[in-house]
Amino acid sequence: MLLSETAISTLFNLVPLIVFLPILGLLINIIFGDRMGEKAIGAVASAASGLAFVVSVLLGIALWTGAGEGQAVPFAEWIRIGTLNIPWTFRVDTLSVTMMLVVSGVGTLIHIYAIGYMHEDVRFKDDVKRYRRFFVFMNLFIAMMMILVSGDSYLMLFVGWEGVGLCSFLLIGFWYEMDTLGRPSWANSNAAKKAMIANRIGDFGFLLAGFAMFWAFGSLQFGEVFGKASQVATLTPGVILFITLFMLVGVAGKSAQIPLYVWLPDAMAGPTPVSALIHAATMVTAGVYLVARSWPLYSLVPNAQLIVALVGAVTAFFAATIAVGQYDIKKVLAYSTISQLGFMVAAVGMGAYVAGMFHLVTHAFFKALLFLSAGSVILGLERGHHHLAHAGGSPRSPDIGHDTRPEAQRLELPDSGHHEEIFDPNDMRNMGGLRKQMPVTFWLYLIGALTLAGIFPLAGFWSKDEILLDAARKFPVIYIILTIAAILTAFYMGRQIWMVFFGKPRHAAAGHAEESPGIITIPLMVLAGLSILGGMLNLPGLHSLTNWLGHTIEALEHEAEVAPWLALSWGGFNPIVALISLLLALVAIYISWLIYGRKPLESGQKDPLKKPLGFIFTGMENKWYVDEIYAAVFLKPYTAISGFLADVIDGRFWHDWFHEKVIAGLYNFFSKTVLDLRIDQQFIDAIGNGLGNLTRRVSVFMRRFQNGFVRSYALAVLFGVVIILGYLLLK
Amino acid sequence: MGEFGGVPLSGYLVVSAILFTLGALGVLIRRNAIIIFMSVELMLNAANLAFVAFARSYDVLSGQLFVFFVMTVSAAEVAVGLALIVAIFRSKHSIDVDQMSSLKG
Repeated sequence: MLLSETAISTLFNLVPLIVFLPILGLLINIIFGDRMGEKAIGAVASAASGLAFVVSVLLGIALWTGAGEGQAVPFAEWIRIGTLNIPWTFRVDTLSVTMMLVVSGVGTLIHIYAIGYMHEDVRFKDDVKRYRRFFVFMNLFIAMMMILVSGDSYLMLFVGWEGVGLCSFLLIGFWYEMDTLGRPSWANSNAAKKAMIANRIGDFGFLLAGFAMFWAFGSLQFGEVFGKASQVATLTPGVILFITLFMLVGVAGKSAQIPLYVWLPDAMAGPTPVSALIHAATMVTAGVYLVARSWPLYSLVPNAQLIVALVGAVTAFFAATIAVGQYDIKKVLAYSTISQLGFMVAAVGMGAYVAGMFHLVTHAFFKALLFLSAGSVILGLERGHHHLAHAGGSPRSPDIGHDTRPEAQRLELPDSGHHEEIFDPNDMRNMGGLRKQMPVTFWLYLIGALTLAGIFPLAGFWSKDEILLDAARKFPVIYIILTIAAILTAFYMGRQIWMVFFGKPRHAAAGHAEESPGIITIPLMVLAGLSILGGMLNLPGLHSLTNWLGHTIEALEHEAEVAPWLALSWGGFNPIVALISLLLALVAIYISWLIYGRKPLESGQKDPLKKPLGFIFTGMENKWYVDEIYAAVFLKPYTAISGFLADVIDGRFWHDWFHEKVIAGLYNFFSKTVLDLRIDQQFIDAIGNGLGNLTRRVSVFMRRFQNGFVRSYALAVLFGVVIILGYLLLK
Repeated sequence: MGEFGGVPLSGYLVVSAILFTLGALGVLIRRNAIIIFMSVELMLNAANLAFVAFARSYDVLSGQLFVFFVMTVSAAEVAVGLALIVAIFRSKHSIDVDQMSSLKG
């Protein structure tokens, strides 16, 4: 025991800080940010995230010394309606702390990187004031992601789930008034909306799963649900299947699986640190976390597990094929992310929860590394392009020509002409030979690419191999699909390396590209180190991660009858499966060298794969027309139905006919004939006119007595007196 | 009921009634403003006679007292009324009350 019991429980009670430190950071930046410099804003945001990482590390130490015993730390009362009681409780166990470490660790590195990246990005896009907004959103994201991974109930998890969705939306649409090339357009905000809507569809599934869970279990707390799971499974077996399958819809939305993955490639419209943090390393892995967290439910329904695994495997393969045909450096990585998420989902679907989580962690390292290095490449090209434009006396400069008009006014204008040439810094066809201009970035990118390709002994090799081994032992079909996806992965990463860093510059900007400063490259070096060493988390024979997560995930590994070559195990490591995948990856890289490396792409030349593959490559290039198919199958009928509802049902029927003709007609008829003619004219007018007539008649009668002769008045007085006296006397 | 001077109360009241009737007829019949005025005085004095007769008969002083008030009011009335008559005569050169009917309805 390193620590005493009280010290451990004190450390556990620190857990709310992982949410509130980032919130404190964003509050500081919101309130004081306008008086702080860029460096201070970035430092506050990074420190907030970094301190959350420190707290996560402390929690990890507490768990480790406490023999991995998880705890639920009550924090606040949240919902109490009748017998329903949902408190805000933090779940500290090995699974959630693993996620916290990844989120805050990788998150902090990306925050630091973003200090340098956004400094240049806001200047290339002429809006320096938006710098602060970026870090506020990033800290909000960290806080929301922490709520997601630390929640002790499905409802708390859902709060974080929606919160990260919101941050994703805000950050994809960060440059909402332009497209990725900086031209005035709604393209970026449309990408943000697409992400939001695709996630809404997934959340609808998650919500249904949650309702069913509440109906079946009467609770949403992890402990209660998992405790009753086997009991409910025997009583009403369909319910668990229903819950797990609808949860899969949520997973498909958030973790970008078929059929809802379409939002993730478009999400690359966000600044590159966002792509790295949210759309590669952390948020999109929330679905994997959800399945791993719900292992007691999934373990009860093998059918649901098989479907999850198949969805993951098919996504892994399908997205990898698309990645082969992309030219945008970030799009390749986006499809690669979808593909790798497919690997993870397949793993957790097969019941290999630890392998899935292992790949989640290593993927967070190397995919963040790749995205951030890609960001460095993009900035390098922007610098080169800017250098050229500046040298040529072009007005496009980050230092002069700031557009000081208000945002709304800027939006209305067509291209105001200071982008004299459409230059796409993301397009790999504009790159080439960057190895010489950006040597640091090149080496970092190479490490990331080799890790992703699964080359020994980098982290990706170990984690991917574990998934492949599980697949080979349990589901040979999935093993074959995943292996093909792995080959494609090595191939498209090779293609990318040759296209970006080798050969000759295909655009003048690439020739003038400049290396990024230390604030950008140093976090990358840390990530590269993690990518190289990440495999040590779960080395065969040691299985530190398996033992660590085993405290939370106790899924039974039922050994199936397998062929002898698969049963071979060197401390849980099968050299044959590993060798096959390593050889295939090396062959794929060699093929990519034959196609793209030996004879580098010339400027303006078509992709050399286009000719031999023909229409298949056209399909890959065009993302298999999935967006177009969705547009034709869902969007067009949907907009047609909406148009019909709006135009015909609402417009013509309800408004023009029902409202204008029926309601207004009846009202007009009623008011004219009844209210106007009868009530108003005949009754109310009669009262007014009658009073007037009565008064006139009475006065006509009365004026006869007012004849002006004093003596007749006196006579009237006399009569009056006589009558009164007579009455008094005779009564 | 006491008597005074051998004449009973009813005698005084009869005289008072006759005087009042004469005054009232004068007011109603005559058109000369001064005559009407004098007829009003006659009616007031008829009332005064009735007051003092009752006061004497019931041996209370309030009737006598009231007569002083009536005389004071009629003196004031004469002062205002005669001033009005003079003013009317100046403008209309007549004191015929039937000529003064311009306020008719």
